[in-house]
Amino acid sequence: MVPSSEQLMWMYETMLLIRDYEETMAKVYLEGKLPPNIQKGLAFDIGSGPVPGEMHLAAGQEPVAVGVCAHLSKQDTVVGTHRPHHFAIAKGVPLNKMTAEIFGKATGLSRGKGGHMHLFDPEHKFSCSGIVGSSMPPACGAALASKKLGKDWVAVAFFGEGAANAGAFHESLNLAALWKLPAVFVCEDNKWAISVDKAHSTSVASNAVRAAAYGIHGISVEKNDALEVYSAAGEAVERARKGGGPTLIEVKTDRYMGHFQGDAEVYRPKGEVEELHRHDPIDALAGYLRTRALLDDALDKALRNKVQATVRAAYDFARQSPYPEPSEALEHVFA
Amino acid sequence: MATQRKLTMAQAISEAIGQEMQRDPMVFVMGEDIAKYGGIFGATGGLLQRFGTERIMDTPISESAFIGAAIGAAAEGMRPIAELMFVDFFGVCMEQIYNQLAKDIYMSNGSVRLPVVLTTAIGAGYSDAAQHSQSLYGLFAHVPGLKIVIPSNAYDAKGLMIEAIRDDSPVMYFFHKGIMGLPWMAYYEGATNEVPEEAYTIPFGKARIAREGNDVTIVTVAQMVQKALLAADELAKERIRAEVIDLRTLVPLDMETVLDSVKKTGRLLVADEDYLNFGMTGELIAQVAERLDNITLKSPMRRLGIPGVPIPYSRPLEQAVIPQVKDIADVCRGMIGLKVAEEASAAEPLVVA
Repeated sequence: MVPSSEQLMWMYETMLLIRDYEETMAKVYLEGKLPPNIQKGLAFDIGSGPVPGEMHLAAGQEPVAVGVCAHLSKQDTVVGTHRPHHFAIAKGVPLNKMTAEIFGKATGLSRGKGGHMHLFDPEHKFSCSGIVGSSMPPACGAALASKKLGKDWVAVAFFGEGAANAGAFHESLNLAALWKLPAVFVCEDNKWAISVDKAHSTSVASNAVRAAAYGIHGISVEKNDALEVYSAAGEAVERARKGGGPTLIEVKTDRYMGHFQGDAEVYRPKGEVEELHRHDPIDALAGYLRTRALLDDALDKALRNKVQATVRAAYDFARQSPYPEPSEALEHVFA
Repeated sequence: MATQRKLTMAQAISEAIGQEMQRDPMVFVMGEDIAKYGGIFGATGGLLQRFGTERIMDTPISESAFIGAAIGAAAEGMRPIAELMFVDFFGVCMEQIYNQLAKDIYMSNGSVRLPVVLTTAIGAGYSDAAQHSQSLYGLFAHVPGLKIVIPSNAYDAKGLMIEAIRDDSPVMYFFHKGIMGLPWMAYYEGATNEVPEEAYTIPFGKARIAREGNDVTIVTVAQMVQKALLAADELAKERIRAEVIDLRTLVPLDMETVLDSVKKTGRLLVADEDYLNFGMTGELIAQVAERLDNITLKSPMRRLGIPGVPIPYSRPLEQAVIPQVKDIADVCRGMIGLKVAEEASAAEPLVVA
């Protein structure tokens, strides 16, 4: 399956946007967290600053988000993980509201109730959760609803290779296969589940082979490449839309930053991250676009400037927005 | 006499585990990121280097499987320690915990022994949002068959951990992230304290009087103990003397210490970082209420906890729902205030119609 020029340019620009967003967040996250203006004796204060709490960034993993979401419409559902920004951006979640939510502001998607791991945008059918493996059952549900309502909508569950060892993975694949649900299960294999690498967590080398255990198609994408993801996802989404049931895709992708920001990554072999940067998927797609005469220096510069301005505007919006009133904490427990 | 070294709670816990592992080859540890990483919250720091991967075992993200495996290994005579990284993750493995671990000794009429220690991180206040900030010990204390241990400081943490490992019953050991002494989280003073080098135990079901006082009793666990002590300092300046009781364990529960204190002060505040409804605070209040034929209260009993909402992410929202030092002090002032009103009305002469 070959992307159109529009899709190619969308993928490229979206990857630029995601990368800039995540690199900006890596810097902004540190504001207020480092000495000297934190409690005495601390090297870092996770609860301080404009973006407190945990932060999980997806720099390096952009191809998975754009390669899949290039095939999705507003009506299709995406359920993401604790590392959700690239999925949310690729699904069309408004950047300003998303950033304001991460800053805990009243203008955020949930007026600050959810935060970075719990982004909800029903209008764009995007949600995510901080618990490993929890994306898959709800994606089955969205697919089930699509089928019951007679639609051709599909549901995509993203999860990591660590989650493929959690019970919910196995139950969800079996259920989706059994009920022939229009679901796509996309495993981001970035090799690391915090400090434990895949070889020490998983009994098989590729989770794609686990598809056979459930009688469904499994596709292994061996390269962290937007076009290869696009191709695999295209096959899976088409199968789902046509009533052919679910597909499991595993993509070998690269986590450029720590599991969470502040992670010293002592468990990671020296030089591994530097080596990953030498195979940047954004550079790879740029190279392809140039061979197709879809991209030149001037356009690339213009796109990068545009993306930077968009990202800057989103962070400015978040900073300038007010916090919610404390009394709001008691609202919306129930519908 | 030389002062003892001070340890953080994390260091005390890993020291306790290390000493027991040295003494007893049956003890081993399973959990996520507990080996090279030393545990996300430092509870197993330094243990991999001493004991190797055979006894300090990183697991896949398969809580049902490895916590269930702890049950099976314990039934075979081993003494496993399993770490549930965040208590909030219990959902994926609750079957193994509440239906097997908690019930097998009973259902076997004592013929099965389950020396399992299930350690887990609890605590809010640093913006980790609804799914990573809970305490939930009330939920586990509710289910018969689990001992519930919640240290508030390093000295207690070591003694309680060694006691837990030596116990043939299942013990859930909750360590509050905000008092582990992590170099990356704001802390309350008092949890890092002097810890003897030798192994020692602290019995379960024995509360600690953290501070003596005559005017009001504050009962709590974990980080809230440190908050209560700060509130007591504030109140002392207003000549209100608060007695702070650190329960240390919810199961078994030391009601005797609580009742003695309430008989003395006549005022009880139970402060909790867990959800207010259907939990620890209700249990304590109910147990005192059942004995009001023997106790004279000077004010209705009060409780503080998270008010029936998931924990919000945004800082001002989260700080508003967690009981703070100020809230503890204000509630105590209110309870004393009632005493003043009673005295005033008692002094007024009876008006004869």
